[in-house]
Amino acid sequence: MDLSFVVNQVLTGLAGASSLFLVASGLTLIFGVSRIVNFAHGSLFMLGAYAAVTIYGPVVAALGPAIGPWFAMLCAALAVGLVGVAIEVLILRRLYHAPHMLQILATFGIVLIMQDAVVLIWGYDQIVGPRIPGLRGAVTIFGLRFPQYELFMLFAGPAVFVGLWLLLHRTRWGTLVRAATRDREMADILGVDQAKLFTSVFFLGAALAGLAGGLQLPREPANIYLDVRVILEAFVVTVIGGLGSIGGALLASILIGLLQAFGILIFPKSTLVLVFAVMAIVLMFRPWGLLGRPEPQTTSDLAETKAAPPDRPYAAHLVVAVLAVLMVLPLFAPDYIVKLSTQAIIFGLLAFSLNFIVATGGILSFGHAAFFGIGAYTAAIAVKNYGVPAGAALLAAPLIAGVVALGVGWFIVRRTGIYLAMLTLAFAQIVWSVAFQWVELTGGDNGIVGVWMPGWASATGAYYYLTLAVCGTAIAVIWRAVFSPFGYTLRAGRDSALRCDAIGIDLRRHRVLAFALAGTAAGLAGSSFMFLKGGVDPSLLSMDISADALIMSLIGGVQTVVGPLVGAAAFTFLKAYIMPLTDQWRLVLGVIIIVLVLAFPRGIVGFVNARDWFSRTVTRSPIPAVEERTA
Amino acid sequence: MGEAMLKITGLNAYYGRAHILHDVDLTLGRGEVVALLGRNGAGKSTIMKSAMGLLSGRSGRVEFRGRDVGALRPYRISRLGLAYVPEDRRIFSGLTVLENLEVGRRAPADASKPWTPERLFDLFPNLGERRDQDGARLSGGEQQMLTVGRALMGNPLAILLDEPSEGLAPIIVEQMARAVKTLKDEGMSILLSEQNLYFAHAVGDRAYVVDRGRIRYEGRLDEIMANDEIRRAHLAV
Repeated sequence: MDLSFVVNQVLTGLAGASSLFLVASGLTLIFGVSRIVNFAHGSLFMLGAYAAVTIYGPVVAALGPAIGPWFAMLCAALAVGLVGVAIEVLILRRLYHAPHMLQILATFGIVLIMQDAVVLIWGYDQIVGPRIPGLRGAVTIFGLRFPQYELFMLFAGPAVFVGLWLLLHRTRWGTLVRAATRDREMADILGVDQAKLFTSVFFLGAALAGLAGGLQLPREPANIYLDVRVILEAFVVTVIGGLGSIGGALLASILIGLLQAFGILIFPKSTLVLVFAVMAIVLMFRPWGLLGRPEPQTTSDLAETKAAPPDRPYAAHLVVAVLAVLMVLPLFAPDYIVKLSTQAIIFGLLAFSLNFIVATGGILSFGHAAFFGIGAYTAAIAVKNYGVPAGAALLAAPLIAGVVALGVGWFIVRRTGIYLAMLTLAFAQIVWSVAFQWVELTGGDNGIVGVWMPGWASATGAYYYLTLAVCGTAIAVIWRAVFSPFGYTLRAGRDSALRCDAIGIDLRRHRVLAFALAGTAAGLAGSSFMFLKGGVDPSLLSMDISADALIMSLIGGVQTVVGPLVGAAAFTFLKAYIMPLTDQWRLVLGVIIIVLVLAFPRGIVGFVNARDWFSRTVTRSPIPAVEERTA
Repeated sequence: MGEAMLKITGLNAYYGRAHILHDVDLTLGRGEVVALLGRNGAGKSTIMKSAMGLLSGRSGRVEFRGRDVGALRPYRISRLGLAYVPEDRRIFSGLTVLENLEVGRRAPADASKPWTPERLFDLFPNLGERRDQDGARLSGGEQQMLTVGRALMGNPLAILLDEPSEGLAPIIVEQMARAVKTLKDEGMSILLSEQNLYFAHAVGDRAYVVDRGRIRYEGRLDEIMANDEIRRAHLAV
């Protein structure tokens, strides 16, 4: 590796870092004041790219090539800023005191809506962006040619950093933003109108995302995959830098930019794994990121406080009745319904196990798909490559998922709140990229196909009963755990980790075990799903599956025990019946999520429970708020 | 007593299902210094938080300058001229002393002479020496001065001072008492909560004795000082 090559790679890395910083700075700014992790930030980036590419032609024609391109990007950024304002005012403003899970799901709903909106407006095909006049050439640095535009990008990031720093440290607005980032209630007490302040921060943050999207155009076409890729990178950068810290975002951008530039030489197949591994290592030594501060206790760290599982004592006869219906279902229902029901039971287990750690354990995981996928892949590989009998694979694969969950859990339970959620997401993405890139073992994008149950068990009805028995047992075990001393301990820890410590409970051990139990169950759901579909592919490990599982809990009722089961059934059948009717399933789902979060945060079961069926009155079910600080 | 600045009637407050305040009535007159006396957990802070609009679970009426502020957000109440100095100070860390003051700055609601950092540094000279330091790195006493100064920067007409002497060295307590008297001389209305009867007596006119969420006694501070029975029943630890 000669020097000129190294210099070139460094410059490439730093140019990438600039772009990362532009996105991450907006995300971290928004998180700082609102404490909301905005999944839609990548979507705003994508929107910026599309907006810029759309207006580029006319604007340049009108204003000429000297200022036209920059004016187009600026306009796109401002437009995206206004979209950010709309999102804040219409949706997120109502969720500032809601639990993290509802906030994350709402922003995820926006991601889904924007994905379909972009397709509706601009279509599926990528749009190649313009090259900026005057920056089309290359300069020679140490004998190697380096694109002028990359050189420009190299300076854009630091320029924005300096601008932001001045804005935050030399203006009254900036002082108020920094104050609200530390303690928004105190700022409120001092007469600061948070609503206005937050809206302006959202405008700036979204505009930065839009600007980054526009600036990306000469490097990469506008396409519909930008949002997820960008949000994952931005998450990594903000988490490594410390959520809420602009300086941290800059440091982390440089770190990740260089890592990507050089990682590709060392570990060409998967820089993603490398990036997430670095994030995990940084968090091991600096739990709040390089320059972050611990999350103030005034905010939703105690978010799940009110999500107390004990339902109204469910009448045993209701459970028996439901079971009876499930038992006889294949006798009268058509195959299609039986298949869907099998899937609903499997997703029921997935959502049930996730809700166990989220609601009972207070562990917000956004990467439950990892264990689902590990279960599915393990079973498929065991049968296909090693000739393990299908039945044994079905039951053994979850154990592998459980062991992995034990290891991951040991690591992640040392963190709480949003950092924990981000770590689980990072882990799931690592698993996803392994599945995607280790083609020899996993079949890559194509996955593994043609893995079925042998003989009798492959019939629709038989496999339904098998699933009902196996997954039903797993659900019963977890259900039992919720109402056992183990479950009570988890709940105690969820509500006050400090008090648990004080009375001598080893909370971490309980949490690790809960995480492993949930991981095992998700693995069983995964292996069951694999045999239902006869194969696997990386989509089983995607963020969508993790989100779907959370959405099922939301639909059914996060704060109830049966909610996830009801939600999984509702979700599965809704999806099956709505999807054929529209090309915009994501749009529909996104709207459903947002309506649920805003209007029915307690879900179906919560809604039913809140109703006093005898007096026919409805108890209002507001969004479960964070407890007031007690004196 | 003069015109009422703050008037609370029939206030009940709750944390979750716990009923914290029971039918609290109190009045703070213009230019008056009134103390809320009571033990830890008696409900003094809760009364202040309720007045400031910081508690969702409450009923009753809170009037500030004749206006019902029960439904207003804290920032709106603050802009009407009511300031609140929390017991735990809540200095903005990472912001300098001057920046902390800047967050509180707001033009006066009436034509009075506005507070400036310089005027505050006359009142609390220690702060002036540390104007560019991170607020979180100040001593407890300096933080207490900063949090009072920050509230004053909003040019309030009345201040709720939650335990201004708590945990401070005697010399700082004296400074704080002098500052409260200075404010009083300038016509500020002050409601302060105290466990330190002597501090309250040094600065205050009247007092309400709070115990287990109820007002048990109301009267002049001299009377309370002289009344062993009340002190034993509601104040002694």
